[in-house]
Amino acid sequence: MDPENQDRIREIAERESAGDLVVVLGAVDADSLQVATETVTVGDPSYVGSLAGVSLGLPVVHIFEDEVKRQVDPGVYQEQIGLLELSLDTDAVKAAMVKLRGQS
Amino acid sequence: MDLRGKKVIALGERDGVPGEAIAKCLKSAGADVVFVQTECYV
Repeated sequence: MDPENQDRIREIAERESAGDLVVVLGAVDADSLQVATETVTVGDPSYVGSLAGVSLGLPVVHIFEDEVKRQVDPGVYQEQIGLLELSLDTDAVKAAMVKLRGQS
Repeated sequence: MDLRGKKVIALGERDGVPGEAIAKCLKSAGADVVFVQTECYV
């Protein structure tokens, strides 16, 4: 993850109360999902950004996950995500998220 | 997880779902989007 983004996320995490923050991902590549999830939970795995060694422990979900989708206005979801849902492997993303959260 | 009222960090990806698309969805769910970014991991 870009060091600049890590700076911003760290600032936000320090400003907001931990229980109010959620990270929602849009990546579809397994490696990208892993890097993003690790960065905001246990710390930057590449050790280049300000979150290296910083365990924010933020909850992480994906925009494709049913838990998120069912809370979004269906018309907005269709407009913003509909085509991507058809063209991308959403099942692989959902499975990767479960695994990354240690729920498998 | 109830997203209503939560502060959300939307981390999109150029080859997946862009951050702005995630943000629009989450705003409709009643979340407060505090950071939006679309990364490129290539």
